Amino acid sequence: MPLRQTAPKLSPEQYEANFADIAPPLTRQQAAVEAARCLYCFDAPCTQACPTHIDVPTFIKKIWTGNLRGSARVILEANILGHSCGRVCPTEVLCEGACVMHEKGEQAIAIGRLQRYAVDDVLDKDIRMFHAGAPNGKRVACIGSGPASLACAAEVAKWGYAVTIFDRHDLAGGLNTYGIAAYKTRAPDSLREVELVRQLGVEIRQKTEIGRDISFAELEKQFDAVFIGVGLGETWGLEIPGDNLHGVYGAMEFIEQTKVKPFHHLEVGQRVACIGAGNTAIDVVTAARRLGAETVYLIYRRSEREMPAFKYEYDLAKKDGVIFLWQTQPIRVLARDGAVTGLECLRTRLGEPDARGRRSPVPIAGTEFTVEADMVVRAVGQRPVTEFLRPVPGIELRKDGTVVIHERQQTGNPKYFAGGDCVNGGKEVVDAVAEGMAAARGLDAWLGSPRAKG
Amino acid sequence: MADLSVNFAGLKSPNPFWLASGPPANTGGQVMRAFDAGWGGAVWKTIGEPIVNTTSRYGAIDYNGVKVMGFNNIELISDRPIEDNLREISEVKKRYPKHLVIASLMVESKRESWHEMVRRTEDAGSDALELNFGCPHGMSERGMGAAVGQVPEYTEMITSWVKEAARTPVIVKLTPNVSDIARIAAAAEKGGADAVSLINTINSLMGVDLDTFAPRPVVAGKSSHGGYCGPAVKPIALHLVASVAKKVRIPISGIGGIGYWNDAAEHIALGATTVQVCTAVMHYGFRIVEDMIDGLSQYMDDHGFRSIEDFRGRAVPNVVDWGDLDLNYKIIAEIHPELCIGCQLCYVACEDGAHQCISPYTAAGNGKKNVNGMGVHVPRIIEEECVGCNLCALVCPVENCITMKEVKTGLPAMSWNDRTRQRAADPGCALPPTPGAD
Ligand SMILES: Cc1cc2nc3c(=O)[nH]c(=O)nc-3n(C[C@H](O)[C@H](O)[C@H](O)COP(=O)(O)OP(=O)(O)OC[C@H]3O[C@@H](n4cnc5c(N)ncnc54)[C@H](O)[C@@H]3O)c2cc1C
Ligand SMILES: Cc1cc2nc3c(=O)[nH]c(=O)nc-3n(C[C@H](O)[C@H](O)[C@H](O)COP(=O)(O)O)c2cc1C
Ligand code: SF4
Repeated sequence: MPLRQTAPKLSPEQYEANFADIAPPLTRQQAAVEAARCLYCFDAPCTQACPTHIDVPTFIKKIWTGNLRGSARVILEANILGHSCGRVCPTEVLCEGACVMHEKGEQAIAIGRLQRYAVDDVLDKDIRMFHAGAPNGKRVACIGSGPASLACAAEVAKWGYAVTIFDRHDLAGGLNTYGIAAYKTRAPDSLREVELVRQLGVEIRQKTEIGRDISFAELEKQFDAVFIGVGLGETWGLEIPGDNLHGVYGAMEFIEQTKVKPFHHLEVGQRVACIGAGNTAIDVVTAARRLGAETVYLIYRRSEREMPAFKYEYDLAKKDGVIFLWQTQPIRVLARDGAVTGLECLRTRLGEPDARGRRSPVPIAGTEFTVEADMVVRAVGQRPVTEFLRPVPGIELRKDGTVVIHERQQTGNPKYFAGGDCVNGGKEVVDAVAEGMAAARGLDAWLGSPRAKG
Repeated sequence: MADLSVNFAGLKSPNPFWLASGPPANTGGQVMRAFDAGWGGAVWKTIGEPIVNTTSRYGAIDYNGVKVMGFNNIELISDRPIEDNLREISEVKKRYPKHLVIASLMVESKRESWHEMVRRTEDAGSDALELNFGCPHGMSERGMGAAVGQVPEYTEMITSWVKEAARTPVIVKLTPNVSDIARIAAAAEKGGADAVSLINTINSLMGVDLDTFAPRPVVAGKSSHGGYCGPAVKPIALHLVASVAKKVRIPISGIGGIGYWNDAAEHIALGATTVQVCTAVMHYGFRIVEDMIDGLSQYMDDHGFRSIEDFRGRAVPNVVDWGDLDLNYKIIAEIHPELCIGCQLCYVACEDGAHQCISPYTAAGNGKKNVNGMGVHVPRIIEEECVGCNLCALVCPVENCITMKEVKTGLPAMSWNDRTRQRAADPGCALPPTPGAD
């Protein structure tokens, strides 16, 4: 059934312009000038701030000297997804946030963009940076092919482990392929990095769901250790009447379309209401506007101050002309002839701070009003998909579904290690990489490798 | 307002800024545009029997994204007929009687050739002559340029030939590619020169293309040593100007690495009466003279200098032999924590490159935190160990964050030469202690 009113289609050029890289690649000259600005700090705060501790001053100095391959090696040794991270990391709160230039009253060094510049060079030239280690006869399975698993797999493959990655999805890469805003990175960019991992001899088996297509017993028989990097699943429901009507989408469902379909094949409402105010909600509203939606609302129960999205993500949505409805709580999805027409909402006031210190919204009776919309998107957080792990003895899950880990990312079942969104509850690509690498060191140590000391 | 006009060996120049002999002063059209822009004088591109140049003539060094920190060329003297140059000199002089046109000359080392050239040039109306004894490449292989300027006897002889014929002031342009430039300057003075100008360019190769192994600038896969100039050579030029200023009494026209008014002011403080500019004009055009004039006037007003003579040469007496420096003067580094950004560059510089007198962290930090909540690590100077070398202050990227403070030693000034003299007079004497000497 069609949406009540869809946004008119744009020209192909317009779509491309709307979804063009928000941080375009640096030219040689720009990179040279930017690299020259780097002070080459000793014991640098940017390196400390990066979850994967990339040696930032060293890779930037190498760009400056024209040694791009060496620069890429420094980056990729610390973080096999260094290209993606350069594009998608919230650098403002990571490396660039720690840049000493702030203290100097100057713009931070464009670390993310320089990082991408260096890695682009080896990817574009198809230069092979790493090789599988001499086989050590041991086998590792990774569940999921997102950043956490890719990082874990690449690391242990370099040490000679035979690695198989299983993913239930059609394409590898996890949310790096399917989830991140198209103006930051496109699916083919993510797949280029998956190729780097495949080049290390890692086998990737798509459309294979662990717990359904392959049992844990079988997995344990074939592999010496298992890494769990299954990320998060679909978006939470709204639990209000009309939640399941046609025209109500989950954030991931909507965003995934923008990553795998040509833009002109996508249907978007002329008026779109997105519920939630995290980074994912921002990705939804910016994508909707860029696809041509005329009016896009972001609806949040609390006020601007409590908004969980990063400031620069919020700025992006403001620039895209999104309308923010603060202290607004949807209570019912409205429809006519089965198609969404809008949301009935209540105003809220902010009550006492909750456990996390955020003031909780209290709906005000009698303040009902209608937000007209042809499409509603839920962006109120994602559900973990870890229930399928229940049969594995020893693995503990928290109430919110995240996997409990101990030292070195090891779960309560010593054969299983875990990392990424399914452990941290949903952070960034770079955190998933860092945890995947930590798990690699963990399982290597557990399997008795002499590498592991301390 | 400060008076920028100068009297250089009897020549009146509206200001001390002249175009140096080179591509910017190649034609009458250029020189007239330069005068319109504000240049006080121009030393014409060296005139002689026309030559043939190579193509690919210049090379440059860029540093940290800054273009043309150093520049080099393998060009020879003017490739235009002598008559054309002289005709244009007459024309410029007619139209710009108050500006100085100085003809730079280079001819084969024969008395008659020089006499003939001097006569023709002066007849054309030039205000003065500059003898190019400095060109380091090409012409020197033909027995001219630096081949003359590197030998004091030749310099003196040819200068005296020119003086036999000249009616206008004679300036000898010196090459830096010698072991003692002051000796050459003295030889020129002895030969009768009215002034000297320096420096000409420095012998150099700009680099090597590491794929083809062709040196730069590349001429069909090969290169030849060329003359180095531009911002990178200023310190060398300043040293040579100062040594010449200490040696001769005739006026000096300072050249080398001048791009801004303060570069010019430094040349003047070390004894130059006028200054000449080439590379900076090749980079940015004639218009740069506007700020040179404006900035120099401001500086002079701020310091109460009414004329160039008020500060010319003021720094010369402060350039002394090492043996006359005060060994009892002591400074140590001081870090101002509130300005520190925590880059640790001073630490690694002192630790690896100097005297291990900085410890990387202070317990307290400076109270600043970045977005990740990490504090700024402020290094600490170990004052007892600091030798006062300046290195940390030089590498610190924040202005005034590391300063050098004087420590009163309570000892009278004493130089190495003082010590040596004391010892010579009284071999048994106990020498006074010096700070840092164990
Ligand atoms: C809309 C959106 C935008 C984002 N934007 C950014 C951004 O700009 N920058 C940034 O750094 N991060 C961003 N993130 C976060 C980032 O994508 C994640 O933190 C990261 O992808 C987590 O990696 P992961 O490997 O833990 O999980 P995922 O990337 O989620 O990968 C998990 C994989 O496991 C597979 N899987 C699940 N269960 C099974 C099973 N039983 N059997 C087999 N396979 C299974 C899934 O198919 C999936 O491919 C964004 C996330 C979202 C949702
Ligand atoms: C602080 C300092 C001290 C130096 N001391 C010496 C020395 O004792 N003996 C020497 O042969 N050269 C000495 N040099 C010169 C260097 O060896 C080198 O020739 C010169 O600095 C040029 O190289 P560079 O451009 O890499 O600095 C010194 C240089 C510096 C900067
Ligand atoms: S991985 Fe991300 S956080 Fe780390 S240095 Fe690169 S861009 Fe910065």
